Amino acid sequence: MENRLFVLQRLTAMILAPLVLIHLALILYAIRGGLSADEILSRTEGSVGWALFYGLFVLAAGIHAPIGVRAILIEWTGTSRAMAGWISASLGLLLIWMGFRAVYAVVGGAI
Amino acid sequence: MILAQILTIHKHHRMFRKGATAKMSNGELTVKIWRGDENGSFADYSAPLRENQTVLDVVTHVQRTQEPALAYRFACRVGVCGSCAMTVNGVPRWTCRTHVNKVAEGGEITIEPLRNLPRIKDLVTDMTPFFEKWEKAGGRFKGSKTRADEPARIDVESRKRRNADAAIECINCAVCYAACDVVAWNKDYLGPAALNRAWSLVNDERHADQAGLRQAVSQEGGCTSCHSQGNCMTHCPVGLSPTQSIAGLKRQSLLDFFGKG
Repeated sequence: MENRLFVLQRLTAMILAPLVLIHLALILYAIRGGLSADEILSRTEGSVGWALFYGLFVLAAGIHAPIGVRAILIEWTGTSRAMAGWISASLGLLLIWMGFRAVYAVVGGAI
Repeated sequence: MILAQILTIHKHHRMFRKGATAKMSNGELTVKIWRGDENGSFADYSAPLRENQTVLDVVTHVQRTQEPALAYRFACRVGVCGSCAMTVNGVPRWTCRTHVNKVAEGGEITIEPLRNLPRIKDLVTDMTPFFEKWEKAGGRFKGSKTRADEPARIDVESRKRRNADAAIECINCAVCYAACDVVAWNKDYLGPAALNRAWSLVNDERHADQAGLRQAVSQEGGCTSCHSQGNCMTHCPVGLSPTQSIAGLKRQSLLDFFGKG
């Protein structure tokens, strides 16, 4: 179990590293002349490419972050492994649900 | 004649240095030593400040002249046995290899038992958890040959032998175990010394139970719990890098996961 979580966290980190850089570069590029919500939506709505990009981003972040939070809970707060596991799993599901909701809002149209 | 001059110069030099040290702290060292177990407290002692003395010398001086009941451990006094490790001014060290003039701050030193281990009395800790984790990490060698077999032939230039060489000089003084923050946070964490030992066995071609060893180091509290903070590496008196050994174990467990171990 520990080994599997360790591997998952490293693999998702490898996925996240380039995605975060592209994400940040995109923000800097897109807002350089000021930007409105309409402009963003006009570019992202219906784009399969951005849906896949941010879909993968959300999945990787939703797996990566809770594994780290689990370690922090166990080491710093004395939470039991079982409880830390449940809290982290819930956090992961929450992140993925919120993330996909945001991706759908930007790519698929207003909810 | 020339020899006599050299000796005189040397003598003056020594006197000057002695004078300078004495002026700095009036020739007396204030020594704060932990007394009792977990619920103990610090007691103040003093020792003459000498030009050439180790922290272990100071502890011995206090025990012989002021506190006969003071409990502490030592054996070889020359950095071979690893039994005199203590916390000196907050840093885990071999007291026999630590010169007072290197660590004293304002003519004062504070000496405590090693961190992360139960305190028995004064400067003596219970090393049981340290050695239990060493076993738990699969540190016990298991051979497959008998006396009748030829000794194994290991290529001294091979990568595995060189990896084992880098980890093999550990004398189990527990300085790294006391320095490690992850050990302090996570009671299940096997610690740098045990995992370093495991890494030397992973690279030992004669070790018969590689599967058991790999399982042992990837259990809860195994190598993946390490944060690579490197405190073990910074404080190891022998200059080993358990951090690097643990990184090797992590790499191994990643390869094992993909079936390429």
